Amino acid sequence: MTDTSPSSQTGAGFDWTSDAYRERLRKRRRSELLLRMAGLVSISLAIGFLMLMLGSLATTGYKAFTQTHVTIDVRLDPALVDAEDVAGSNWRRVMQAAVAEMFPGLEDRALRDVRAILSDGATFMVRDRVVADPTLIGSVLTIRVPVSDPFDQLNKGTVDRNTPEANRRVSDAQIAAFDQLVAAGRISTPFNWALFTSADSRFPELAGLKGAFVGTGYLLLVCFAIALPVGIGAAIYLEEFAPKNRISDLIEVNINNLAAVPSVVFGLLALAVFLNWFGLMRGSPLVGGLTLALMSLPTIIIATRASLKAVPPSIREAALGIGASRQQVVFHHVLPLAMPGIMTGTIIAMAQAIGETAPLLLIGMNAFITAAPSTPFESATTLPTQIFIWADSPERGFVSRTSAAILVLLTILVMMNALAIWLRRRFERRW
Amino acid sequence: MKSFQITASVLALAAIAPMAEARDQIRIVGSSTVFPYTQAVAEEFANQGGAAPVVESTGTGGGMQIFCAGVGADHPDITGASRAMKKSEYELCVQNGVTDITEAMIGYDGLAIAISRANETDWDLTLEQVYKALAAKVPVDGQLVDNPYKKWSDIDAALPDTPILAYGPPPTSGTRDAFVELAMHVGCAATDYAKALKEANADDYKKFVEEDCSRMRQDGPFVEAGENDNLIVQRLEADPNAVGIFGYSFLYENLDKLKDVKINGVEANIDTIASFEYPISRPLFIYVKNAHRGVIPGLNEFLATYASEDALGKGGYLEERGLVVLSDEALAAVQDALTKGVNMAAPQK
Repeated sequence: MTDTSPSSQTGAGFDWTSDAYRERLRKRRRSELLLRMAGLVSISLAIGFLMLMLGSLATTGYKAFTQTHVTIDVRLDPALVDAEDVAGSNWRRVMQAAVAEMFPGLEDRALRDVRAILSDGATFMVRDRVVADPTLIGSVLTIRVPVSDPFDQLNKGTVDRNTPEANRRVSDAQIAAFDQLVAAGRISTPFNWALFTSADSRFPELAGLKGAFVGTGYLLLVCFAIALPVGIGAAIYLEEFAPKNRISDLIEVNINNLAAVPSVVFGLLALAVFLNWFGLMRGSPLVGGLTLALMSLPTIIIATRASLKAVPPSIREAALGIGASRQQVVFHHVLPLAMPGIMTGTIIAMAQAIGETAPLLLIGMNAFITAAPSTPFESATTLPTQIFIWADSPERGFVSRTSAAILVLLTILVMMNALAIWLRRRFERRW
Repeated sequence: MKSFQITASVLALAAIAPMAEARDQIRIVGSSTVFPYTQAVAEEFANQGGAAPVVESTGTGGGMQIFCAGVGADHPDITGASRAMKKSEYELCVQNGVTDITEAMIGYDGLAIAISRANETDWDLTLEQVYKALAAKVPVDGQLVDNPYKKWSDIDAALPDTPILAYGPPPTSGTRDAFVELAMHVGCAATDYAKALKEANADDYKKFVEEDCSRMRQDGPFVEAGENDNLIVQRLEADPNAVGIFGYSFLYENLDKLKDVKINGVEANIDTIASFEYPISRPLFIYVKNAHRGVIPGLNEFLATYASEDALGKGGYLEERGLVVLSDEALAAVQDALTKGVNMAAPQK
């Protein structure tokens, strides 16, 4: 070890105390400091942008995770509810009577204004409850139903009570009636389960992601079922069997290029081939899954080849040495060892597919449907296209629901990536 | 390899899926302006027990392309339009065997020019001023020149001394077509230059209206904001001097943040749009493929729901959504056409 005190450093043929040396040292230290600072600034910028995005999503989106409800008493008068044809009874009249009972002394016009506090879906909720249990007829049903979007916004403070009456969606009389309900303890703000259990609706208070969840699920199933076997097959052939020549080089270059093709191109391809030529159902998860399978194939092939390559040649040679055929080598030894890497690559490809929007818009997966699809052959939406539809809706409630849906999508993506990391940590073998 | 068995069976399932199967859902495409209204009817129909229809917003022109592509379960049953079907589109339909079409005008839509409530001026423009602010070429001293106006006060000293900045729909949008036709063309025709040209040479005048009056300026003050009208609303909030152009329903939903710019002294509201007192209003249509009636289950019932008084009538749920409803006689005619499936005549232009 060199003694660092300046007095003893003059002997080694180098002047450690000279001004020129100190100047150089200062310069080197300064440039290192600059590099560090630049790195720090870049990282904090990146984190800052991420925080900004998450922060703006969270501040607008958190409101959508609760929904204002009102508890109402509905008198199921046998004169109004026909026991023979429960579903076909005049449920609007039943609801009108229920509201009139809650606000006695109001006349027609004012009553209609107050009725607007209840969501349009309330009528159908009461109907469905009675259809499921006709013995309720004749009793008083106490049921908690959502309030309509303007009042949900009022309760959450998005609508300012101080704006002049003409400029807001809710009138002074309606606010008074709403406050009366608050005072009576009928208003509650529970967790918004409808966001996860209902399909799309034109009323924000009733709209949910169920259709998008089911659509995305079917789409991933189709995508996975097609892309995984084809991708693994292609990778095995290229890695284990294909002779190394110009043609296989060309294929390799093309696969790498295919991974960089913009997704909208796949959408146009799907529009021309799957819809116009094969005549598959427009907007169905089947078509969406086929399209995204084309898109994820290169990713899966590249990931699979990399993990096949990582299996040491000694394993192949040992297996061949004791008389295994090449097919046995691949399926008994190489593929099982490469599986964790393949699954990681596949999950990352699926996570990409979940967030894909552009090709799905071209094949009509952005339709408005109030029911979740029951098979992959029916039209459906996916999470990103549902976000697209909500972002374009005029009602105020969809602003927060759009952000909430994005948060849900991001959560799913983070979970899938975490699964990929966990799989890799758990099963990966280093040689 | 269990996963291989699963994938194999799913593959087999995909292979035997019937190619052009019959469907039990109604399919609707078309204008983004008609979309919210059709959405409302579709939801009502589903709530009454029908199979939930599939409603897709493709724009008027895109909807016509898909609608006219043929007859059969692969093709949609209904398309919405924020303008009447063009002659060329009708010919495309006929060429592909779609000959029996019912045309139904469902109501009117106003185009609002809106500005943030933070802007304190009480705005009132004439269409001529709108044209001068937003057109690519305008007449100045008898010459057609590139639009020189940068501020509203350049057009008329009485207008505010703020830069012209308008967010509007892109050319693919039916809203843009309607705005050009209803606002720009009218404003253009009101200029002295156009009047003089009309007297001098009718052909030149026609060409002038079709070309020069239809082009929006590209030098900055007019910004194409994409099909997302919520985006325009957000930009207007951020910049109190900017105006936005969109369907009346977006203004209606955001009246606490935005106010409308009066046109010729007339405010945009449901009454003035229905009476055509407000000059920028247009009819909305749906087109029905009559060959699908009785073939696609529920189509007739859906159309009956659409035509019902609860939907299209005064106080109906479409009016609540911002549709400006038809007069009683016009409504009766539309209900008749929709329920009986009256075929439309070929459009003239």
